[in-house]
Order: sequence, then structure tokens, then C-alpha cells
Amino acid sequence: MGKLISGISPHVTSNRTTQNIMLDVIIALVPAGIASVIIFGLRALLVIGVCVLVCVISEYIFEKICKKENTVMDLSAVVTGLLLAYNLPVSIPLWQAVFGSAFAIIVVKQLFGGIGQNFANPAITARIVMLVAFSGAMTSWVFPDASSTATPLVYLYKGDLTSMPSYLDMLLGVRGGCLGETCTIALLAGGIYLIARRVISWHTPVAFIGTVLVMALIFDKAPVYQLMSGGLIIGAFFMATDYATTPSTKWGKVIFGVGCGLITVLIRFWGTSPEGVSYSILLMNIFTPYISRLTCPKPLTGGKK
Amino acid sequence: MRLSGVRLLHKKNTSGCIPQRLPLPEKVIIPMSMHIGKPAVPVVKVGQRVTVGELIAKADGFISAPVHSSVSGKVKKLGEITGYGGNKITAIEIETDGYQEICESIAQPVVTDFESFVTAVKESGIVGLGGAGFPTFVKLGVKDISAVKAVVINAAECEPYITSDTRTMIDKAEYIKKGIELLQKYLQPEKVYIGIENNKKEAIAKMKELALEMDKVEVKVLPAIYPQGGEKVLVYNTMGKIIPKGGLPLDVGAVVINCTTLSAIAEYIETGMPLIEKCITVDGSAVKEPKNVIAPIGTPLEKLFEFCGGFKSEPKKIIYGGPMMGIAVSSTDVPVIKNTNAVIAMDEKEATPPKTTACINCGECANHCPLRLDPREFSKALKLGLFDELQGLNADLCMECGCCSYVCPAKRPIVQNNKLAKQKLNEYLREQKAKEDK
Repeated sequence: MGKLISGISPHVTSNRTTQNIMLDVIIALVPAGIASVIIFGLRALLVIGVCVLVCVISEYIFEKICKKENTVMDLSAVVTGLLLAYNLPVSIPLWQAVFGSAFAIIVVKQLFGGIGQNFANPAITARIVMLVAFSGAMTSWVFPDASSTATPLVYLYKGDLTSMPSYLDMLLGVRGGCLGETCTIALLAGGIYLIARRVISWHTPVAFIGTVLVMALIFDKAPVYQLMSGGLIIGAFFMATDYATTPSTKWGKVIFGVGCGLITVLIRFWGTSPEGVSYSILLMNIFTPYISRLTCPKPLTGGKK
Repeated sequence: MRLSGVRLLHKKNTSGCIPQRLPLPEKVIIPMSMHIGKPAVPVVKVGQRVTVGELIAKADGFISAPVHSSVSGKVKKLGEITGYGGNKITAIEIETDGYQEICESIAQPVVTDFESFVTAVKESGIVGLGGAGFPTFVKLGVKDISAVKAVVINAAECEPYITSDTRTMIDKAEYIKKGIELLQKYLQPEKVYIGIENNKKEAIAKMKELALEMDKVEVKVLPAIYPQGGEKVLVYNTMGKIIPKGGLPLDVGAVVINCTTLSAIAEYIETGMPLIEKCITVDGSAVKEPKNVIAPIGTPLEKLFEFCGGFKSEPKKIIYGGPMMGIAVSSTDVPVIKNTNAVIAMDEKEATPPKTTACINCGECANHCPLRLDPREFSKALKLGLFDELQGLNADLCMECGCCSYVCPAKRPIVQNNKLAKQKLNEYLREQKAKEDK
């Protein structure tokens, strides 16, 4: 008999790994990706490819230079690339997409210590930086038939309900917007897949979307359109559920979701920008440590001895 | 409020295997330390002939337990062996003579009252057979029996693979019943709970049958969520009470006893034969024919595996106990001890630890902790040497059940880190106390 392996218990672990969690997220994002190509054409695929590739290469090179362990195989950089691409207009100049991707990985993720250590969501932060830096390109919405048009959110913002696409078009994503955020039904399918696979819990998306719905009902702001417009669905299921940058407790997730919902409607209804999902998630990312502390469960210490 | 935990693959392959008796091994190696507390002191000499059930080592100090010979034969060696934890322990090696002659002094103990009952349990050498190995008489010897509100019989058997408790409930239900009667008579609890995980249909049926015939006995069928058999978890899930940190079950009026331990007590009170053999589940991915085996205490593990058809592939890890909390041993020469309830041999695939990656801060470790601790915070506080913070986080409450390490997608050695945190915290608290005393 050969040498026996030693080691501290437990001697078994679950099948779940960081890599297969990320793979599940990628699988969940595939339907929206396919939808984006159908709706916006092949250039959507090009933008997605560039973002994913640059994210992976940035991670690889940064870790190589810093002599850190190579973490490309955990697939988290691929997820960041996909999410960033999905949050860009299809007409984005590729060099800007390259900049955004490298910024997400190097500045937002790696400079804070890499996977699990960053306090802000890399894709969202990069998107906001791009919105500020390239505000023209980031808000030019080229529609499927190559005509430039405003997004439904802009009409909503102006209170122009007659120019809105039909509910069916909103559901299928045939509207102006970022390339991966428009197809509500594909995003919902992905979100439900993640909940079923227990990669995310239902608390955050339900609290987030629920808050927007309730506020839209109260202030009579076309609730159904509010839910399907902008980046609410992709944000609530895919970005407000990021492990490192959001609370991990059940109640923490609820508070986070409600907070995101409130900030979103605050910006959408009364702010100067038609969309507020990205800002709401980034702001709540900052509150995450406090929410975690507030909701951390009380250890089972019992009464006095 | 429900306690967290993990759903494991049960792998109870042997639950239908009626225990088979192992052919008598040529030798047994009986360690003096098969319990928590001071090792027993040998009372035999090399060359002396001993018989089955004969006292070969006496208890030393209050928390200790006597040791009896499991075979008849000649004492061959009395010296140190490498124990299962890799440390040196004293052991008596006995060469068997094959007669299995029973010791003359074996007789039914005289039990008339609480004191004589506790004394009998002490002389039986019985320790916590669920795995802990705490001398049972110490646990039963409560100062004031009016403090005992309930007896909780631990029949959860929440570790994967192990079915020896299941077999006790099925094959020795009568002894469990007698054991309950003894505890009812001498501890006078208001209630007796039998806590069983819901994956043991046959055992549950047996226990329910038994409860029907008895007074104030209730079978609590519990979800198969590990660590259901952890003392704190079980007391909470049966009685709804939280054992205070650093306290005992008795602080909330509970006496917790494993079902096999209880059956062994009843058997001893009836026959006078001390604890000399164990039913052991032999399983794992490397074992050819998993079985439940009755083996004399001191049997080298090697013999158990031989009896189970040997290995179907080379074993890479051998564990005393279950895969969640068991101890990996360094060779198959180590013996079966009193609290061995299973030995698991894992093949290369099952035994090779997965690669550790960076923490992704998913919080699964905290979400699955039955005691609601947050190992991530321990890790941070430990790194910075913030011991007061570590105390505030209740690092010393951790029972090392392994749920955190099990669920971690980054496969980080969380339990190991928790152990280190506990150790460093205890050192710090001792230092603080020493300073105060000055």
C-alpha cells in the first residue's frame, strides 16, 4: 500500500467550484447574447467578443506582471466581459470597448486585490466611467433598421407614452438600448436558471424589481414599461447579485435590493438622467459592508451558563 | 428559526447489512487512551494470560475510563504505538489463543439506586460511542437529578457512510428500550426524545414501535441536514433550547446520549460484560464489499478491510469515523478503539483534495454555519491579530463540523483556519488571565 494522504476533516467537499459558478453565470447570459445578435446584428457579437477577450487578456497580463497566481481559468473575467458588453450600445467604437474592459479588470478588480476583494462591480463601474468619458457614443442608440432612435426610457422620462414600443416588443427586446439589456424574456430565463441552480438567491432581484414596481404604481409612472426598460432586469439578476460586492445574508440582500430600487426610481423619476440602475448598484456596493454588519446573524451562544 | 447546515450525499450503502462477526484476529492492540480524559493505567504485565472481559487497565483520575481485554490470550507487549492522530500512546498488545475464555469475575452488576447505576456504568468502560469518547459515567453522574428535564437520545447518525447506529436501532431495539427504562428510573427525566434523521426508515419504524410501548418517549424525525447529530444542533431541534457557549447540555436540562452507547449500557447491566467489541461500518470508494463488522476492540484496521474483500483500488486515505469529522490515519496498523463507529477507505479520486483558489466572498461558509458564525471574519481578525475581535465573533463556539469547508466553492481550508483561530484565541485568553492574576 502506498503512502496515505493526511489532512484535516472534512474529507469531502461539494461539487461546486468558483469555475462552475462562473460557468453557470455564462450559461445564464447566453440567451440574452443570442437575442442581441438577432436584434442588433452581428456587430453585437463583435462587441461581446472584444470585451470578453480584452477582460481575459488584461487579467492574464496583470497577474503575470504582478507575479500573482493566474486566475483566468476561474472564468470570472469572462463574466465581467459579457456583462460590460451587454451594457454597451451596439455602435460603441471598439477602442472604447477595449478601454472599458481593461479598466474593469485592472482598475476596478485587480488593483483592489482581484477576485472577491473588489468593493465595486467591475462591469458597472467601467460602464459608468465610459458614460462620463464617452457620453456621446455611450448614448447613441442605433436601432435594428439602422435608424437612430431614443430608448424607451427616454420616452418614459419625457412622459411620451405614445412613442413607446408595444409590450410584446419590450418583452422580446425589439427596442433601443444597450445590446444585452433589451430582451426581457431571455434575461428572465437566465435569471431563473441562476436561482434554480442556487447560484443566486431570489431575494435581491425580487426586492429590487419589486421596489421599482411599487414605486411606479404609487407615482403612476407606467409600471410595466418601467420594469422592462433600461437595465433593470439584467441589473437585478446579474449585477446586484455579484458575490464580492453585495451582502451575503438574506436580509442584507433584501436591503440591498430595496436600496437599489429606491435609488433607481429616484434617478429615473426625478433625476436628470433617464436611467439609474447602474448608479444605484454602484452606490449600494459602497453600503455593502455596513449592510453586512447590520444583518450579520447572531451566533448561537445561548443564555448565561 | 431553523438552524443551517448542509445536505450531503448519504451514501448509507450498508444500512441493510446485518453486522457480521470478524474472525478472531491473531493479535489485538488496545490503547490506554480511547476516551477523553486521562489515559487508563495498565494493571497487567507482559507474559500474563488474560481472559475476555478482564480488566487490563484502570481508570486514572475522575475523567477517565477502565479498559478490558477483548480476547483471551497472552500479553505480548506493553509500550508505545503511533496512535491515530500520529501521536505516541501507550497500548497493550495481546496475542490471542483462540479460546475466547470468559473472565471468571464477569457477573451481572448489582444496581439498586442512582449511585450504583453510575458506578456500574463506570466499571463497564463505556464512553461516548457516537465518536466523542467522553466517559459516559461522568455525563450520567449528575449532581442534582432534578436538573434533568429531558434525555435526548442521539440517533441522528448524520455523517455519510456510517450505519452502525442504524444497525443498533434495528438489531438491538430491545437494549435501547431497556436503556431508556434505566435512564427513566435513575435520572427521572420528564421526557425522552429519540432524534433520528428521516433517511432511516427502518430504524424510525423500530423506534416508533418502542415508543408506543413506553411512557413519555417521543421519536423526533428530523430532516437529514448535517450536522443534525451535533449536540447543540440536536438539543435545539428536539427541545428547542440553546446550550450556552462553553456550557453543557445539562445547563438547559438535557442529558444527551448516543443510541449505541445507551444500548451498550443496557447490555452491560444485563450481562456484566464490559465494552469489548464494536459494530463498525467499513465502507468507502476503495472498499470491495462494504459491510458492517463486529470486531474486538484492538483489532488492526487491516483485518477489517481484509474481511470486506480487500480493496478494489489502492486506498489513498483511510479515515476513522465519517468523512465530515473523521480523522485520517497514517496506516492500517492502527487499532479499532471504543469510539470507532466506521472506517472509510477512499480511492485516489475521492481522497485527492481539490485545488484551493481565492476566496470569492460568496458567504456560503457563513450561510451554512449551524451556529451562525462567519469564518471570513475569523480569517480577517486572525491575520491582523485582533484577538478581542475574535472573541467578539465567538470563534471559540465553532464545533468544527466542517459545513463551511464543505460548501466553499474556492475549496479553502476553512475548518483548519477556524481551529487555528480557536487555538490562538485560547492562548490569548490564558495570557490575559495570567496577567490579571498578577
